[in-house]
Amino acid sequence: MEFKKEALYAKSHEWVIFDGDEATIGISDYAQSELGDLVFVNLPEEGDEVEVGESFADVESVKAVSDIYSPVTGVVAEINEELLDAPEKINEDAFGAWFIKVKDITDKAELISAEEYEAFCESEE
Amino acid sequence: MELKTPLYEKHIEYGGKMVPFGGYILPVQYKSSGVIKEHMAVRTAAGMFDVSHMGEILCEGPDALANLNMILTNDFTNMVDEQARYSPMCNEQGGTVDDLIVYKMNDNKYFIVVNAANKDKDYKWMCDHQFGDVTFTDVSSQYAQIAVQGPKAKSIISKICSEGSIPDKYYYCRFGAEVAGIPCIVSTTGYTGEDGVEIYLPATKAEEMWDAIYEAGKDDGLIPCGLGARDTLRMEAGMPLYGHEMNDEISPREAGLMFAIKMKKDDFIGKKPMEEAGKPAVVRVGLKITGRGIAREFQDIYIGDKKIGYTTSGTKCPFFDYPIAMARIPREYKEPGTKMEIDVRGRRVEAEVIPLPFYKR
Repeated sequence: MEFKKEALYAKSHEWVIFDGDEATIGISDYAQSELGDLVFVNLPEEGDEVEVGESFADVESVKAVSDIYSPVTGVVAEINEELLDAPEKINEDAFGAWFIKVKDITDKAELISAEEYEAFCESEE
Repeated sequence: MELKTPLYEKHIEYGGKMVPFGGYILPVQYKSSGVIKEHMAVRTAAGMFDVSHMGEILCEGPDALANLNMILTNDFTNMVDEQARYSPMCNEQGGTVDDLIVYKMNDNKYFIVVNAANKDKDYKWMCDHQFGDVTFTDVSSQYAQIAVQGPKAKSIISKICSEGSIPDKYYYCRFGAEVAGIPCIVSTTGYTGEDGVEIYLPATKAEEMWDAIYEAGKDDGLIPCGLGARDTLRMEAGMPLYGHEMNDEISPREAGLMFAIKMKKDDFIGKKPMEEAGKPAVVRVGLKITGRGIAREFQDIYIGDKKIGYTTSGTKCPFFDYPIAMARIPREYKEPGTKMEIDVRGRRVEAEVIPLPFYKR
């Protein structure tokens, strides 16, 4: 299980990496492992607004659908179109398989460090 | 509070991800594999499933056959000893109480296997409708059940069973079988669309049997499989699941189970409303999702603005790698190639009727 140090985490299991004015968002390695084999991803479009705590995407495993919540409020600058055809990339590399990049950020959720997130996941087991 | 099967500790040991199902806590998948790998293991090699949650009911007495022929829709008259037969069980309105398998032990004794969630309802139904010299006994707690399914399933079991323990033909059983030195019942049945066996054995021997089967099969590609793969396998094979493709309100005729309903029998519970209804107006069909999305159970189906029916099961098909669904729609739309749209959480996704079963070995 990877808990990448460079990233911050939301308790709803998304990771965020801030780079200047932009945030890159994906789901954690723990989340992909809990969800199991992913077979479908629904992403927003460029220019869509996302809001803290609101669902911006959903992922489906063979068995179930799960909403992915935005850790920031802002505007979608870019989406990772590669995931639409190859959702299994999320299982293979949760940090490489980013979902969206967000600009014009005006708010962010309470985020925790990799160590805190790892401890949080252990408490969820 | 969910019950544990006799194999609960084994599932934890083998890395099972445990979830509640049908009143039991069972593995939905195993950590080292996952639904897709488990599904493909059954299609290409073998998989083993704990199905101990299923219910077992004994039907005994000189009037056993007459009772089965009245309470169930199939005809059990011409069965030979150790033969198995699938049947729906209907209520007076022609809806489905459950679907089950009857094994003939001898002229006065039958072994019936029912769905876990319906066990108590079924047993009560049988007792409430029995007549003459017959006794129904719920023996579920005495039995564990392990299904071994896949093209290599029989050759794996044959390594560890006594001679003659595996019936040659489909839908037969051996009551005097012995696997891994444990006396058991081996039947050539399953719920995956593959060749294989289901083994009924004393609950106290379940863990020993589980390990023995795993050891015998692991080098041939056998892996433990959870409820997730069991569901995707049965869906691909176009097999109905109680509570989805049929229920107390849905007739087995609408679910496409005509082969197990013998209208020529003098009488059986549910026959009259079926005769009166004639050809069912609503039928079960297979759908291939041609748009972007995955249909799930109980989503509405439209042609244009008109709602015509709903899905009863749906998933991404691991073998063909596209999403499929089963649905209840009016007969007039059942022809393969008919196009429709499914409301997938507020989004319309295109689908078309394709023949059932989706997968045939």
